[in-house]
Amino acid sequence: MIWNETMECMKREDMTKLQGIRLKETVERVYHNCVPYRKRMQEAGVTPDDIQSIEDIVKLPFTSKKDLRDYYPFELLSVPISEIVRLQASSGTTGKPIVVGYTRKDLGIWGEVGARCFTAYGIRKQDVVQVSYGYGLFTGGLGAHAAAETVGAAVLPMSSGNTEKQIMLMHDFGSVALACTPSYALYLADGLKDSGIPREEFKLKIGAFGAEPWTEAMRKELEEKLGIKAYDIYGLTEIIGPGVGYECVHQNGTHLCEDHFYPEIVNPETGEPVPHGQMGELVFSTITKTGMPLLRFRTRDLTSLNYETCECGRTAVRMGRILGRSDDMLIIRGVNVFPSQVEAVICEMPELEPHYFIEVDRVNNLDTFEVRVEVKEEFYSDDMSTLVGLKKQIAHRLQSVIGLQPDVKLVEPRSIERSQGKAKRVNDKRKLV
Amino acid sequence: MLIQQLSIFLENKKGRFTEVANILGAAGVNMSAFTVAENSDFGILRLIVSDPDKAIRVLRENRYAVSTTDVVCLYCPNEPGALAKAMDIITGAGIFVEYMYAFAQGESAHVIIRPDNTEKCVEVLQANQLTLLAASDLYKL
Repeated sequence: MIWNETMECMKREDMTKLQGIRLKETVERVYHNCVPYRKRMQEAGVTPDDIQSIEDIVKLPFTSKKDLRDYYPFELLSVPISEIVRLQASSGTTGKPIVVGYTRKDLGIWGEVGARCFTAYGIRKQDVVQVSYGYGLFTGGLGAHAAAETVGAAVLPMSSGNTEKQIMLMHDFGSVALACTPSYALYLADGLKDSGIPREEFKLKIGAFGAEPWTEAMRKELEEKLGIKAYDIYGLTEIIGPGVGYECVHQNGTHLCEDHFYPEIVNPETGEPVPHGQMGELVFSTITKTGMPLLRFRTRDLTSLNYETCECGRTAVRMGRILGRSDDMLIIRGVNVFPSQVEAVICEMPELEPHYFIEVDRVNNLDTFEVRVEVKEEFYSDDMSTLVGLKKQIAHRLQSVIGLQPDVKLVEPRSIERSQGKAKRVNDKRKLV
Repeated sequence: MLIQQLSIFLENKKGRFTEVANILGAAGVNMSAFTVAENSDFGILRLIVSDPDKAIRVLRENRYAVSTTDVVCLYCPNEPGALAKAMDIITGAGIFVEYMYAFAQGESAHVIIRPDNTEKCVEVLQANQLTLLAASDLYKL
């Protein structure tokens, strides 16, 4: 099923035309209503008249996370605060959070794009949708909530935490879909097992997971443990929250809601557009939002775009798997390491639980790289050499994928913290000035 | 004549063994013998207890990874040459000992042996009139 066939299956040339019109409107709006944008554009020697089609977007200056911090909290709004009906914020790892203001129209857009995602996953109005993303400043909870409500499903606004109650209501209310972070879904899978309630008494069949990067192996693990089909929901707080993109049933890339969020791929070093299909940094421009439009926002996510029509019939451009967020990238002994690479290796090994923790430190001017993993209960052995061998095998696999030998530590069952929201899997203790 | 030994995976961290001892103590499970095999970051605690099933249950409830292994408990007099005699028999039968640990008190000594072939080990030791302890005897020690 397709929620908005007109938009999701639009012919490319019509989409390009529509994007051009919407971009032009947005540029005019921010130029006249937002001081930092006007100043930037003036510095770059661009006026709204220079933007006539979507191709002209390259004339506009980039925006970045830094701008959101510099103009904290409200300077990037393009409407007076009286028009804002919602504020959300992302957890800032350093200092102030990133704030996003939504007008009533923006909230409508959020619900619309969310409904496209949920419909693509097979969620229908007769379904109970359990939203176990955290509710609050984090966009996950309220974003998934709006998506389910727009579809017309019955929303069960659980938020995260209280796993026993989650399982009880999932069972009693017959939740068909679960929306949460993949790491919390794993946690709930353990809870489901511990509850002792037979799987056939649950109606759960769809997972809408996102807000943190996850791998194909983790998808398999979740699908097996929960007995569901797991879909990725893509989003960024800065752009709108969950709903920027979604997987269809073919799961061959993430369809982007490009009539609202125009994607570009640029060379992360030079900022120049890369040829179609090539890897680079994803850049988004919101072309319909009115509260806090962002133009050419550098996401730091590395991926590629595919403009071919999908088997599902949608023409909406598909984003490839995100190789990594350049912000998440660790540089250890000069080697670029993405936690997602570690995760992929861990999840592929049948002996290991899909939980890990990376600790990086610097001892005597040398980076240390420790990866902690849990062995599945049935693989803990009385035989020391088996366990030592397993440890070596993990280290060897990680080395072959990352190009760097980690110090692997086997830890006790369930001793790695299970996250109830976004998983914290890395601790970089290096004090680098 | 086989004895069920528990093997518990423990991280090399302060207080891990204390916690295991406390859990078993609270459950009223007595430890007859134990040994620890360790490397730099984890250890395997090998344990003979009075009630293995209960011990496994309470340890698993406390999220410990527990596996079980069959071992043999040999009784021999606490005197020079007694163990050597038993070992000659085992080795002579082509049995490889993966690990063993022992405790001696007064006139008697008990040796827990983990052979690669448990059945054969029991067979040859008994054929040579050596005394093996049954699980029920050992748990009472």
